[in-house]
Amino acid sequence: MIKVNTKDFEWEEGLTVQRLLDKKKYTFTKIIVKINGNIINKEDYDSTIINDGDDVKVIHLLAGG
Amino acid sequence: MFDVKSIKAEHKLLAEYTYEPAKLNRGYTDKTLYVNIGENQIKEKNVSKEMKEKFIGGKGYGLRYLWDATKPDTKWNDPENEIVIAGGPLCGITQYPGAGKSLVVTISPMTDLVIDSNVGGYFGPFLKFSGFDAMEIQGKAEKDIIIYINGNDGKITIEEAPLEAIDGHVISEQLTEMYADNEEDKKNISVISAGTAANHANIGLLNFSFYDLRRGVTRLKQAGRGGIGRVFRDKKIKAVVIKFKGTKGNLNNPADQSLINKAGIKLHKQIHDYDDVQCRMRQIGTANIIEVMDQYDLLPVHNYQYGNHPDTYKIASNVFVEKFITQGMPDGCWFGCSLSCAKAADKFEIQTGPYKGHLVTVDGPEYENAAGLGANCGIFDPRLILEANFYCDTYGVDTISFGTICAFAMECYERGIIDKEATGGLDLRFGNGLAQLELLHQMSRGEGFGAKIGLGVKKLKEIFVKEHGADADFLNEIGMEQKGLEVSEYLPKESLAQQGGYGLTNKGPQHDEAWLIFMDMVNNQIPTFEDKAEALHYFPMFRTWFGLMGLCKLPWNDTSPPDNHLTDEPAKMPEHVQHYVNLYNGVTGSSIDKNELILQSERVYNFQRVFNIRRGKGLRKQDAMPYRAMGPVTIEEYESRQERYDQQLVELLGYNPEGKTTKEKIKVMKEYRLDQYEKLTDAVYKRRGWTPNGVPTKEHLKSIGMDLPELFEVVDKHM
Ligand code: SF4
Repeated sequence: MIKVNTKDFEWEEGLTVQRLLDKKKYTFTKIIVKINGNIINKEDYDSTIINDGDDVKVIHLLAGG
Repeated sequence: MFDVKSIKAEHKLLAEYTYEPAKLNRGYTDKTLYVNIGENQIKEKNVSKEMKEKFIGGKGYGLRYLWDATKPDTKWNDPENEIVIAGGPLCGITQYPGAGKSLVVTISPMTDLVIDSNVGGYFGPFLKFSGFDAMEIQGKAEKDIIIYINGNDGKITIEEAPLEAIDGHVISEQLTEMYADNEEDKKNISVISAGTAANHANIGLLNFSFYDLRRGVTRLKQAGRGGIGRVFRDKKIKAVVIKFKGTKGNLNNPADQSLINKAGIKLHKQIHDYDDVQCRMRQIGTANIIEVMDQYDLLPVHNYQYGNHPDTYKIASNVFVEKFITQGMPDGCWFGCSLSCAKAADKFEIQTGPYKGHLVTVDGPEYENAAGLGANCGIFDPRLILEANFYCDTYGVDTISFGTICAFAMECYERGIIDKEATGGLDLRFGNGLAQLELLHQMSRGEGFGAKIGLGVKKLKEIFVKEHGADADFLNEIGMEQKGLEVSEYLPKESLAQQGGYGLTNKGPQHDEAWLIFMDMVNNQIPTFEDKAEALHYFPMFRTWFGLMGLCKLPWNDTSPPDNHLTDEPAKMPEHVQHYVNLYNGVTGSSIDKNELILQSERVYNFQRVFNIRRGKGLRKQDAMPYRAMGPVTIEEYESRQERYDQQLVELLGYNPEGKTTKEKIKVMKEYRLDQYEKLTDAVYKRRGWTPNGVPTKEHLKSIGMDLPELFEVVDKHM
């Protein structure tokens, strides 16, 4: 189990940031991803592995409609 | 196309006023214009020091004047009701994006409260350059008139104008042509108009024009919400025209131009470097979020029952860009806006109604139009959406209200609450775009079911109950209006904070006070009631400030500094907030900080709240939302998200959904969600310094410097 934006989310072997975004259908482009407080660059989404127990934040930067 | 000479020859002069245009100093002229079209009186007023200090400008000035001009029981169509138009101290600067807005304030035919609307076009800046920080229009004319302001000659007239068209796109062309010396001069004209539907429909809007030299057409921007166009036409105003030649970057005569330039250069560069990978405002404008809202289950579909639809790809932003938007370059509604979100389809051929076969320029679509006219009504044909968009604008109809009303009527039709007899033969199923267009044409003629649609959801509910025996409770749950104003086009069901963003507002459920859905529902950044209350304090106050200044909010949050995410509070866009502080100080010579900025808004926001209370409203009761905004009303809605809702019942309420009927589950969920909204309301009122009934306390008014006797007199009655 990992945390995504402080809520529990099922972890799976080999879970990458990109795979997580796909699973959560997080398609918005203005986002920041942090794993255990460390910012992950966009170009590393495919290669960055999320480990079981990690605290992931996917912050969507849109405060306005 | 039309012979403006012979149209003008029929003008009859009713009043004339000459004046020495006051020079702007540090963003203000300290003069305002008062026009009474019932008495044909035109005069100037001086702005007092106290008014400037406490009300700042824009919407603040509008509210102050409207309070003074009206009584607690003044109705929207009483002659004393005013339409007040004002820029603000920053309005008219050209070095920073988004500084050309006007704020319009009046008593609304929809809500019977004060409505305020923020609109582009060149009128606001031209009014300031012509010597006035605001313009009040009071009284009612006997026959159709126009008001003409020549800001260079210092001349204002009221003229009977029998031959001009009423529809926005025609009259704006006519009057631009009439008052410009030549083609080049047309950019110095701005026209305020409404449209034929505003003759009848309470959802009437105002069009503010600017002339697009590249396209050779007048473009229209809308003061959409709350029926200001209806008030305008009820006063028998066809148009207000302003002419000002000589726009330059320093007309505000700012205290420190370099502060303004510095902020401007920084933002222009940021937009240049990042917009293409951020919001694509320059390419497609606000419509860039259609598909985003769909993907996050936030796009209102079928009268807010659902949050997405398999056909959304047909109206995705790229479709409009590739198929309809004809320009190759960005496009702004005031000089210097490099974010340039204005968009237009040129030579768009109209298929229905009085302009059938005409090739027209359609501004848009904005996100709200595509979502409201489109998805919410189950219409996924971009051509029909653009055509409805065109007719809404030229007939003077608020697209947001119209979309939401139409969606409501369609649901009632599909559920058999009304039938073809009620709709005058229209097959009002979801998806019937031609029927939607027919409603607009009827509305412009004041006929048939379309005329009823123009009254708004609140009135329509009464009609359906009275004439068709509908269940009032059910209609109150699915009719997406609050305070008489239709909810704008986001689905707030799964975000409690956004329910508050819609509900705990002064003018009704328009998202321009707060849009917290991502912060709340997706990011989970404001989990507690107190967190949500803090956001529902800060953002409405911060956004109110744009309305005091004459600014557009888009350059605040539809572009971001590349390192914004490294700041403490990325949602607030700290760097942009600092730009605004610098702009204000640069223009006015003050030395405010970001806290004083919020305080400026808080004064005006609380004044508006007390204004509503003075009118017998504005209390907790009026801040309740229809349940459709909060959760699933019907079995279909619940079952469309069954997994999510069942899980919530377990996790949040410890309620086991196993073996329960959907009806039972809806009931339990409803009790829970209504209770959450009440708790949120308590927390927000507390944070805002209000009583549990939503009344600003005297201590709070005092602490923000609004201990005005007229406010105390109102709130005293509720203590
Ligand atoms: S961002 Fe768009 S609406 Fe705002 S000022 Fe610029 S062009 Fe006008």
